[in-house]
Amino acid sequence: MRPALTFLGDELKTKIIDEARHLLCTLGVEIHNPRVLALLGDHGADVDLSKQHVRLTDGLIDQALATVPSGFKLYDAIGRQTHDFSGDNVHFTPGSAAIKILDNGRMRKPVTGDYIRYAKLMSGLEHIQAQSTAFITTDVPEEISDSYRLFLSLMYCEKPVVTGAFTIAAFDIMRDLQLAVRGSAEELKAKPLTIFSCCPTSPIKWSDVTSQNVVDCARQGIPVEFISMPLSGFMAPVTLVGSLIQHTAETLSGVVISQAASPGAPVLYGGSPAIFDIRYETTPMGAVETQMIDCAYSEIGKHLGMPTQAYIGMSDAKQLDAQAGFETSMGATLAALSGINSISGPGMLDFESCQSLEKLVVDNEICGLTQRLVRGIEPREDFPSTPIFEELLRDKHLLIADHTRRHLKEEIFFPGPVVDRANSSRWHEEGGITLHERAAKEVERLVAACAPSALSDDVTTELDRLMTAEARRFGMQSLPGRG
Amino acid sequence: MDILQEIGASLRKGDDNRVAELTRQAIDAGMGVGAILDDGLIGGMNVVGDLFRRHEIFLPEVLLAARAMQKGIDLLKPLMIEEGIPAVGKVVIGTAQGDLHDIGKNLVGIMLKGAGIEVIDLGNDVSAERFVDTAVEAGAPVIGISALLTTTMSSMKGVVDLLRERGLNGKIRTIIGGAPVSKDFADEIGADAYGYDAANAVDQVKALLGVA
Ligand code: B12
Repeated sequence: MRPALTFLGDELKTKIIDEARHLLCTLGVEIHNPRVLALLGDHGADVDLSKQHVRLTDGLIDQALATVPSGFKLYDAIGRQTHDFSGDNVHFTPGSAAIKILDNGRMRKPVTGDYIRYAKLMSGLEHIQAQSTAFITTDVPEEISDSYRLFLSLMYCEKPVVTGAFTIAAFDIMRDLQLAVRGSAEELKAKPLTIFSCCPTSPIKWSDVTSQNVVDCARQGIPVEFISMPLSGFMAPVTLVGSLIQHTAETLSGVVISQAASPGAPVLYGGSPAIFDIRYETTPMGAVETQMIDCAYSEIGKHLGMPTQAYIGMSDAKQLDAQAGFETSMGATLAALSGINSISGPGMLDFESCQSLEKLVVDNEICGLTQRLVRGIEPREDFPSTPIFEELLRDKHLLIADHTRRHLKEEIFFPGPVVDRANSSRWHEEGGITLHERAAKEVERLVAACAPSALSDDVTTELDRLMTAEARRFGMQSLPGRG
Repeated sequence: MDILQEIGASLRKGDDNRVAELTRQAIDAGMGVGAILDDGLIGGMNVVGDLFRRHEIFLPEVLLAARAMQKGIDLLKPLMIEEGIPAVGKVVIGTAQGDLHDIGKNLVGIMLKGAGIEVIDLGNDVSAERFVDTAVEAGAPVIGISALLTTTMSSMKGVVDLLRERGLNGKIRTIIGGAPVSKDFADEIGADAYGYDAANAVDQVKALLGVA
């Protein structure tokens, strides 16, 4: 049986959803984008253009919920299926869009070489199924810092990409890069390669950029993950239920925009809510209440019939230390038990602002452990049990029993070398190396072992041409060296 | 406890009605506006600021104190104008062009107000021209800019450059903040100061204004 965690009963879920719908139909939503307002107006919503405001209707919400898909699949750069976002399937992806990386215990600004190492590393981390555009590099003009990450990701790692545009203009190049990989708009629609994060602005607002991104993605068939971020006690009610009502309203409004733009457009019911730590003026992602809100809204999303996502399974620590480990594994475990379909977080530190390659290697094991956890306990050849116990009593061990050999791999997960399971004498003899040293060694090994992407030369040349042209628009004649 | 000390104590409790009542009493008792302001309201807020920095009280308590202080200031304002006593200082704040992250900027604004500084908040997505024009019109010697996105950081430089272009550098100073911003970045673009959180922003702005 798959173990499952639930926070909300049916009655509370329904109450929260009803309340959120009521907010959308009475208080309404502020949308700073006339095209999106007009679109909703065409679908029967009550629009006030001068106030950049719209009141939704129950009919419009029901219509959106009727067309939104209950799942979708994702494909890697080569076109192989890697993800099935449906049911309680769990997949991991690194936390995205950091502005710093941790390098030997020091935070610094990332450059192209760091990103290439990251992408190569991601190829080798088997329990993290998608890459993300995990951090920006500072050796290109800021205006292309969002699209350049996607370019490097596509060049060096075949896994599908969780990403997002920081501006309306960046969408075009980020779409064109994907079209270059897939060959045509139809092929991209048939085999989605990326997921775009789009954030409503708390409380119950949409910016020009992100609402336009939702529409553009929907029309192109690019899956969107809605990232609503109520901050409990600050930009949202302090009660977890109050924050959930706000999250539901913000996310539902996104679903309505996407489905109005293109019925059937794939979405993840996602988010990155947090409590607000009044002592430090920060938004802790490792707080237990943050993680509880994540798991609870996933229940609401599933109740509404959508696959789900959350920024959970990361830490606010500044180093790869015990706090980094416990916050990340607590989040990842809760998320997996809740059946969140796309779990964003691995590698991330410092309130979503710092990525660490060493932490990614450690978190890869956390992801492996939790994926084992949710496979649960299943009877295999266990009944009747007499034969296996007869064998044990006879041979004094079961190390090479047929039963063991048949079931070892499916029953027991063996983590990689960063997880220390040696006895202390062996640990000392092998140098007594710390977790951080083991992780750094593993990063080097996996980066070196990475095979070049199987994308054809034609495609990589075209990617390079597109990105170089984009860089030139912002004054950079040639892209940073990648040798 | 004298009235001014009591104003400080009531600020710490966030008791806005009591602060207003005491300020009125102090005015009626003929205490100087300068003394009520410096030794009562601002002095009290300085203590609140210290407690906050030492993590002995938290943000909501500071906000309550700031709100109470505003009630006192509102009563003093007409007298200040009459007697020609300037406000502690004036700051124009907003988020960089293209940036909608305004939570940090809002906190900075609230804390500045709490320190008795007049704040002109231009909201978010503010162009360099608007920052500079507003500061010139309002006679504000400081512009505070907040950016949370790497794509909007560069527009902070636009404000610094525009001030230079108009020969206003040195006369109007700039302070920047936000998660991707650092002291180094401030130096790089020629901004005058950087603040890492709201309390630090108050210290830095006070230093720019030349007030203790
Ligand atoms: C909340 C949040 C949002 C909310 C903002 C709501 C709002 N009304 O502000 C929403 C959901 C709208 C949002 C949207 C987006 N966000 Co956002 N967001 C955050 C998050 C999680 C927290 C920011 C925050 O409020 N912190 C709490 C406040 C109190 O802290 P603060 O802002 O740092 O301010 C303090 C100090 O910095 C300082 N300070 C701040 N300003 C100033 C100014 C002066 C003068 C001084 C002296 C000091 C000072 O004092 C403050 C108080 O202590 C950050 C992650 C992070 N760690 O920063 C991402 C983050 C900044 N966002 C990010 C992104 C990518 C986006 C989007 C582009 C996502 C998308 N594709 O839709 C959009 C962009 C919208 C836009 N055009 O601006 C990235 C940026 C990546 C990058 N490389 O630039 C981050 C780092 C998260 C991530 N890893 O993805 N976001």
